[in-house]
Amino acid sequence: MSVTIARVEPSVAGVGDYIELMKPRVMSLVVFTALVGMLLAPGHVNPVLGFTALICIAVGAGAAGALNMWYDADIDARMTRTAGRPVPLGRVMPGEAAGFGMTLAVFSIVTLGLLVNVTAAALLGFTILFYVVIYTMWLKRSTPQNIVIGGAAGALPPVVGWAAATGGNIAIEPVLLFLIIFFWTPPHFWALSLYRTDDYARAGIPMLPVVAGERATRRQILIYTLILAPLGVMPWILGYAGPTYGLVALAVGGIMIGLALRVRKEGSGHVASKQMFAFSILYLFLLFAMLLVDRVSGVAFGHFAA
Amino acid sequence: MNESPKTPASEPAPQGIRLTEQQLRARRNRSIAIALALGAFVIVIFLVTIVRLGGNVLTRPM
Repeated sequence: MSVTIARVEPSVAGVGDYIELMKPRVMSLVVFTALVGMLLAPGHVNPVLGFTALICIAVGAGAAGALNMWYDADIDARMTRTAGRPVPLGRVMPGEAAGFGMTLAVFSIVTLGLLVNVTAAALLGFTILFYVVIYTMWLKRSTPQNIVIGGAAGALPPVVGWAAATGGNIAIEPVLLFLIIFFWTPPHFWALSLYRTDDYARAGIPMLPVVAGERATRRQILIYTLILAPLGVMPWILGYAGPTYGLVALAVGGIMIGLALRVRKEGSGHVASKQMFAFSILYLFLLFAMLLVDRVSGVAFGHFAA
Repeated sequence: MNESPKTPASEPAPQGIRLTEQQLRARRNRSIAIALALGAFVIVIFLVTIVRLGGNVLTRPM
């Protein structure tokens, strides 16, 4: 890769460009799932410490996003979905994005470790490292299993939230939350990649539809959804959530399987895959929101299991 | 061979970098954002210190 810079101009990057580097939409999902992990944890969390932990997790997620945009600027420039990001546009220099990301990463990890606890900080550090080094630098460009394994990074925030609340005692509940997001990631991204195949192929990213074809991808989406839907119901079956959660999980899990079946049957069209991508976001949001409602109402009206 | 740099007498002396309106505005906005972030960081550290010390915050050795 050769980059020719005729002359270094003073930066015109606005605050918005730096906010965009932090991937605010991904960050909001990270903060939300971390909050659920934190509130599901046993015991009482001091609101100030809880808020501090969430800020650190949010900034840590932003750091991972900025480092990803620094490293991926070359492929981002070749994809329509990402060509408008600050680094490929030239509004932020690659080095600026890297420095910004590293500073945020160090600040968020050290602050979480000093103010909340070391286990949560170590998990946050591991999450950032996993996303940037294992996913972005290694897997994304080398294997169609990139988002399957890389999905672990996106699945860790509720575990970080739980660790922040409990002082580091990891139990089965956060592992369950981890598994739900982990198995949600492949059908979510493969549904997107089905109608963005050209984009990924142009950028040379070995996404599953590019490497194995649409048919195999549609089959894989169904397999992962068939694992995901029962996992979504598990918090109810294991007694961590009430029947309201259980019913919602059953209903949205059923819709996910229905959509996956339609994606499978669709053949070459992209209507079902677009619906599946959109609904998968709602699915994860509803599951975690219901866990939150369940916990809050359980605290307010006496826990159903007690 | 001794070759001295040739600077035509007509070339104006370098005046440094002149920022455009847009660059100045962007720099100012970035500076304000950094200041706000640092201010927020200080407040977080202060609040957590108070929470961690709890009631002991008023205990001072004489």
